[in-house]
Amino acid sequence: MTAVAEGAPVREAGGGLSDTLWRRPRLLLLLLLAPPLLWLGIIYLGSLFALLAQSFFSIDEFSGVIDRTPTLKTYGELLRPANLDIIWRTLAMSAAVTVASVGVAFPIAYYAARYARGRWKALFYLGVMLPLWSSYLVKVYAWKLILAKEGILGWAFEGVGLGWLLDAFLSVPGIGGNSLSVSPTGTFIVFVYVWLPYMILPIQAALERVPGSLVEASGDLGASPAQTFRHVLWPLALPGVVAGSIFTFSLTLGDYIIPQIVGTSARFIGLAVYQYQGTAGNVPLAAAFAVVPIVVMGIYLWIAKRMGAFDAL
Amino acid sequence: MTAAVSFRGVSRHFGPVRAVDGVDLDIAEGEFFAMLGPSGSGKTTCLRLIAGFERPTAGDIRLFGQSVAGLPPYKRAVNTVFQDYALFPHLNVLDNVAYGLMIAGVGKAERHRRAEEALGLMALPGYGARKPSELSGGQRQRVALARALVNRPRVLLLDEPLGALDLKLREQMQDELKTLQRRVGITFVFVTHDQGEALSMADRVAVFSDGRIQQVGNPDEVYRRPRTRFVADFVGSSNVLPPEVTRGLGGPAAWASLRPESVVLTPVKDVVPVGVVTSARYLGSATRLVVRMEGGGAHGVPPGTEIAVLVGAERALPEVGGRVGLAWNPEALHVLEAA
Amino acid sequence: MRSERAPLWLKVLAGGGLLFLHGPILIVFLYAFSTESKSFVWPPPGLTLHWFARAWARPDIWEALGLSLRVALMATAVALVLGTLCAAAVARTRFFGREAVSLLVVLPIALPGIITGIALRSAFSLGDIPYSFWTIVLGHATFCIVVVYNNAVARFRRVSGNLIEASMDLGATYWQTLRFVILPNIATALLAGGMLAFALSFDEVIVTTFTAGQQATLPIWMLEELVRPRERPVTNVVALVVVLVTLLPILGAYRLTRGTDTVAGSGK
Repeated sequence: MTAVAEGAPVREAGGGLSDTLWRRPRLLLLLLLAPPLLWLGIIYLGSLFALLAQSFFSIDEFSGVIDRTPTLKTYGELLRPANLDIIWRTLAMSAAVTVASVGVAFPIAYYAARYARGRWKALFYLGVMLPLWSSYLVKVYAWKLILAKEGILGWAFEGVGLGWLLDAFLSVPGIGGNSLSVSPTGTFIVFVYVWLPYMILPIQAALERVPGSLVEASGDLGASPAQTFRHVLWPLALPGVVAGSIFTFSLTLGDYIIPQIVGTSARFIGLAVYQYQGTAGNVPLAAAFAVVPIVVMGIYLWIAKRMGAFDAL
Repeated sequence: MTAAVSFRGVSRHFGPVRAVDGVDLDIAEGEFFAMLGPSGSGKTTCLRLIAGFERPTAGDIRLFGQSVAGLPPYKRAVNTVFQDYALFPHLNVLDNVAYGLMIAGVGKAERHRRAEEALGLMALPGYGARKPSELSGGQRQRVALARALVNRPRVLLLDEPLGALDLKLREQMQDELKTLQRRVGITFVFVTHDQGEALSMADRVAVFSDGRIQQVGNPDEVYRRPRTRFVADFVGSSNVLPPEVTRGLGGPAAWASLRPESVVLTPVKDVVPVGVVTSARYLGSATRLVVRMEGGGAHGVPPGTEIAVLVGAERALPEVGGRVGLAWNPEALHVLEAA
Repeated sequence: MRSERAPLWLKVLAGGGLLFLHGPILIVFLYAFSTESKSFVWPPPGLTLHWFARAWARPDIWEALGLSLRVALMATAVALVLGTLCAAAVARTRFFGREAVSLLVVLPIALPGIITGIALRSAFSLGDIPYSFWTIVLGHATFCIVVVYNNAVARFRRVSGNLIEASMDLGATYWQTLRFVILPNIATALLAGGMLAFALSFDEVIVTTFTAGQQATLPIWMLEELVRPRERPVTNVVALVVVLVTLLPILGAYRLTRGTDTVAGSGK
């Protein structure tokens, strides 16, 4: 570098299109957004509209031919007692699974957020991540092995001499069955297991943001651990809990595989959708059934948004 | 001689916000030019307009007489030192400095040689293999300078270049930048909110407020003969006196500025304005007093007017609450051109 | 935070929770070696490698595996392109409807999979589109976009916007900036996103059921075996393989993004 710089104030560089993009930043944005928006808009939103359209069609009960004149008749069928049963059963299961997930997830999330450091932190993170991403079917299958009559759980109960307790539990109507793998309890356990990581991660994220000094301050001000939990930790973790519950609730609402593999013959919304569109060939009724989770989740998300749950995602 | 940078009626509006509003400006070749103003005053936007990161809503910008309308940043022979240095984290120091040369198609051996040379000039020889994350703030600053200068720009733009450094380093870098600019002879345009930095380094200063230039001049002019109330107050926190106070102090009925260090304390006499010391702030080399004026006496200062006085460290200080007389050289009372 | 000790009960609950998460998967591994072929009896009466040979010799498994791999690769490729473009737009610029765009990207996984599945099925049936390799890819790519998007958007936000300006200031056009600055800085995030997308697609069954018709991906093959078992021990072996094939990309993605941004786990 010597003395006064010389040369033209303008550098020649290539790039006709590059210049155009600089002059018209909106064009650049358009080029970036167009492919993904076209894909999602046409394929995904288009399909959702197709779904909605199907739900307003009806099926001729004798010929099985789909009648494409718009009608609310199919939605009317949802109100039949058998179908209402399915909806209520699914909602109850979703709620139970969500509540249980919070209970199991909270200690893990709390320990990981507040106590785990360094290597342990990484271990906990992977410990939640790996099951989350492991094959869904394999996880369900694993429980079929565990809950089977001759499986590990039955063996363990016999082993400690509590086989009678398990039998007594299985004989309770409503939650029991021939074996755990064909009981509502089995379905419930598998749901909790499979969706648990979805609850741990948001709660942990929310708890990470609670400084440890806050817990100490509460103790310092004379609160018992229970009071600290009730008045400090729980309110601060709530957005995370709500975010997690969106996952557990929504996933349970739409699942049709778990009740098929572990459970009784009682149907859930997902299973109903699956069966109506498949063997029954009644796509309109399947579509109408599928609208139920959308509406339920819409209401759920609206409430969650008002509680500020999305800040924790 | 054509100006290195010239603005004619340049505006940049962001929706309803007028970040830059009708600016006219000429920066001479070889000049060390400062753009001074509080945050949001439009100085950084002006810098980005020169670099080409922003496009003017209206007006014309020229570099050495040539309009740059429609020219993207990569076609302008100006380079920028960013406030956060913007060093490429995936490249080592040498490749950072050689980046512009690489883009310009300079061969690998040649560009590395020139990058080494530039690093040597910045007192960073042998740092080429390190990653930017392994450098201190001051070192990153030098790498950023080397990366810009190695391209031999016609104008070098510096956006708050010393803002991220601590006080001691900042003072050292002020001297170095000044020396560097003399050595390379390139036009430097730098943006700062620190009036001390602008006054001590620049050949000329433009003071910005609300997207407009309030005054352009050399540091002495701007400091001693502020044109507007804003400049008087922002540069050196002068006493800005409304017309009735100026008249009461023996001047015309116009806005005026009176530097605190131009005011001296005198014993209480009828012929001088008298007031009560309401606060004292110790600054090290001096103490800044605020004196609340009393009415009456030979002068017609409205009672309650507050005047700041800077008392040198070697002088005796009055008590807070004590009465003092004030005096100054009549020339120190500078009448402002514009309100 | 100070290093303090957790109370014992908390350790037990947290450790027990982790055990609950991992135990069942390990049990599947063990069953793959069991000599018992008719029931799920515990403990396995003996251990054997026999079933691995049996699985190896089954052409239907190879066919399903091949289809799954091809679908996952194609869906990942599409998701990489679309997710990165979308992330670049959302992270780099402000525009009207930005929130709506990020919502649209997340929607396919925010709604239950069965909705996406039945919606696509409805569209195919309305449009008289026959089931094919591409109908599966269509569905998979749609919900894989978000995984790439989440990883890319986090990285784009971390890469200072000044870097792009600095590059252009130093004479680089958009294309040169893309090649020399943007891509090197987001490469690992894209690789991680791609691996997660691959794992997600390879394992997907809920949507696939509705878009595959008579074709069988590996998860669909497994589902059929679960509902109507033919040769249980072979299923056990396939389960073990599926877990391993999905876990490797996950671990790879974790290593690539460790310490920088979190693997977008909420993005499954």
